[in-house]
Amino acid sequence: MHPKPFAAAALIAGAALLSTPAYAQSSDDIAALRRDMETLRQDYQSRITDLEARLAAAEAEAAAAHAAADALQAANTSTADDPIQVAEQAPADIAPPAPVSTNPNIYNPGISVALNGFYTAARNETGEETIAGFALGDETGRPSRGFSAGETELSFAANIDPFLAGFMAFSLGNEGEAEVEEAYIRTTALPGGLTLKAGRFLSGIGYLNERHAHDWSFSDAPLPYRAFLGNQLGDVGLQARWIAPTNQYLEFGAEALQGEGFPAAGSDNNGVGTYTLFARTGSDINLSSSYLASISYLHSSAQDRDSNGDLFTGDTDLGILSLVYKWAPGGNPLVRNLTLVGEYFHGTDDGAFNGAPFQQAHDGWYAQGVYQFMPQWSVGLRYSALHSESVDGALLGSVLDDGGHDPFDITALLEYDTSEFGRFRVQYARDESNTDPNDVLTLQYTVIYGPHGAHRY
Amino acid sequence: MKQILFAAAVGLAAIAATPAHADLNVFACEPEWGALATEIGGDHVDVYNATVGGQDPHQVQARPSLISRARTANVAVCTGAELEVAWLPLIAQQSGNRRIVAGQPGLFEATSAVRLLERPASVDRSQGDLHAGGNPHIQTDPRNMIPVSRAMAQRFAQLDAANAQTYQTRQADFERRWNAALTRWQQRAAPLRGVSIAVQHHSWPYMLNWLGMTEVVALEPRPGVPASAGYLAQVLQTLNTRPVRFVIRAAYEDPRSGDFINQRAHVPAVTLPFTIGGTPGATNLFTLYDDTITRLLAGLGQ
Repeated sequence: MHPKPFAAAALIAGAALLSTPAYAQSSDDIAALRRDMETLRQDYQSRITDLEARLAAAEAEAAAAHAAADALQAANTSTADDPIQVAEQAPADIAPPAPVSTNPNIYNPGISVALNGFYTAARNETGEETIAGFALGDETGRPSRGFSAGETELSFAANIDPFLAGFMAFSLGNEGEAEVEEAYIRTTALPGGLTLKAGRFLSGIGYLNERHAHDWSFSDAPLPYRAFLGNQLGDVGLQARWIAPTNQYLEFGAEALQGEGFPAAGSDNNGVGTYTLFARTGSDINLSSSYLASISYLHSSAQDRDSNGDLFTGDTDLGILSLVYKWAPGGNPLVRNLTLVGEYFHGTDDGAFNGAPFQQAHDGWYAQGVYQFMPQWSVGLRYSALHSESVDGALLGSVLDDGGHDPFDITALLEYDTSEFGRFRVQYARDESNTDPNDVLTLQYTVIYGPHGAHRY
Repeated sequence: MKQILFAAAVGLAAIAATPAHADLNVFACEPEWGALATEIGGDHVDVYNATVGGQDPHQVQARPSLISRARTANVAVCTGAELEVAWLPLIAQQSGNRRIVAGQPGLFEATSAVRLLERPASVDRSQGDLHAGGNPHIQTDPRNMIPVSRAMAQRFAQLDAANAQTYQTRQADFERRWNAALTRWQQRAAPLRGVSIAVQHHSWPYMLNWLGMTEVVALEPRPGVPASAGYLAQVLQTLNTRPVRFVIRAAYEDPRSGDFINQRAHVPAVTLPFTIGGTPGATNLFTLYDDTITRLLAGLGQ
């Protein structure tokens, strides 16, 4: 850009020197010379202006082209026809680093809310159900008849530093009472596939236990979870998990827990300890199907555990076998998919019930299938059953005496999802968990909002 | 009980094969990045593809097989830009593999090497399943493979310094072959320039930009939200005033909306591979684009 204006300036300067001879030949000549010079000056001035204008235009064009390239990544005109040129310029298109935010909220945790609403219609009263042959923990019943807001869950998740992550979940019950469901720290940087967790958390035993209620396939827990674990086992303590470095998924876990959660203590928090062990394995069977199998063991000790006025002191041993099978054609669950879950529970109680020494074994199982037959629509069916060893002597007529009735229920489900985050359900249950059968119709909505939830297996 | 557990553990550990030895175990979220990793790494990488062609990369679950493969990965090569937000962070967490969590060099996101299109000014779930960082489907424009391959070679060199030179050399060789292929593709695709089309899902802005095609309408009212009959009627009206040559959809997408439009408006549907393995012809990184252009030209009747 410089040479031409400089040359013009030199010319003008030179001409100006020429135009100031000390002795002009005549005033006319001088005037003519001045006119010529003025013409020349104007001519160059206009050329310079023209050049400057063209330069500005070229610069604007280049800037516009760059902006367009930014917006469209590579304009599909001239550059698109020349791959090499595009390739050469491509690194320049690397996105600039995001501007540093001064927003103090950027370190806020991911906050997620799950809202739940029920309408329950039933032949008999619901909410305080008993299960023949079992002493139950708290809150193992269904929602009471009529409208109820169910459990509203509020959770906070974030990395704490490069080594730890934290998670906390509150649930607000139907009457507005708040309860801490989980509040734990978890390691994120231990080597060798090891993860430790400390605080209050849902135990890793079984398949459903670790899932929050809004993540279950049916609106309530199957009978074995209600009877053996008081819906699900959450407690305070430590957990260690290790994943083997193998192509076959292989995970081992162990927990030492305070024993606040059923079956150790239940309502009065007098537990003296719960220990669990679990192992899982799983794999793809083919492109469309996969499985997860696990075996879990729990040992707990209770001292004066109070279940609706019945006191239990002693040990509980529980084993759980779980099998999950999932199918989605071509690995795409969006249109159709099927999930089958089956779990078998075997537990023994050994100690004193209301002061009377006893030993009793219980069995339970459930099998459920949920089939999504078209996008957004699914149907489900679940069968749960329990069996308790008969008791004698002082325990006859107590809650541990099933009176010869093996509890079972059968549940059918129709579900419509507005999206991944919104769900409506109609569920019908024939409940024969005690000698007074019940028919229960449940309408439910569940919505989840906040950060994108994870697609758990 | 404890003895049973122990025996089961020993038995399973014995059955499970230990992974083959390579300098870098690569966990590829999508097959195109797995193929690119092989181009860059050759024998020095052992690539596991977490998804296959014909599978929707948004909808993956944290299956046991993915967790175990993530456990031993030195690097995860993924699209990023929230495409895998629903499963990759969970898999990284559950696998206990600290190398591939967000912020570590072992998580390579291809979208970090490319300027993204359609970055929304605001995001709200009422708008459907939007990606806050921009449209992540960058592999539909093969020109993006150049900056991504350069960034990937750099990342591999950082993670495996002993073979840094090999990665750079292989990348340069790939770039030469890729540029030749780009010229070939653009010559073949010349008749597609200026063609108006409809799309099933907003998966294609990069490809449309590359080939100079125009998207008139999408068969999804909002990203990730299935079309209602009422919305498809609106689409038909739009197509009356702004006709299109064909509707394109990815191999994994539900064909019903496209079939509906095909029956009513007689607009053919063109199924594109979207990634390697999406169609029988898309067998590798190069044939992915060969097959894409062949299918688009077939949509024009050429």
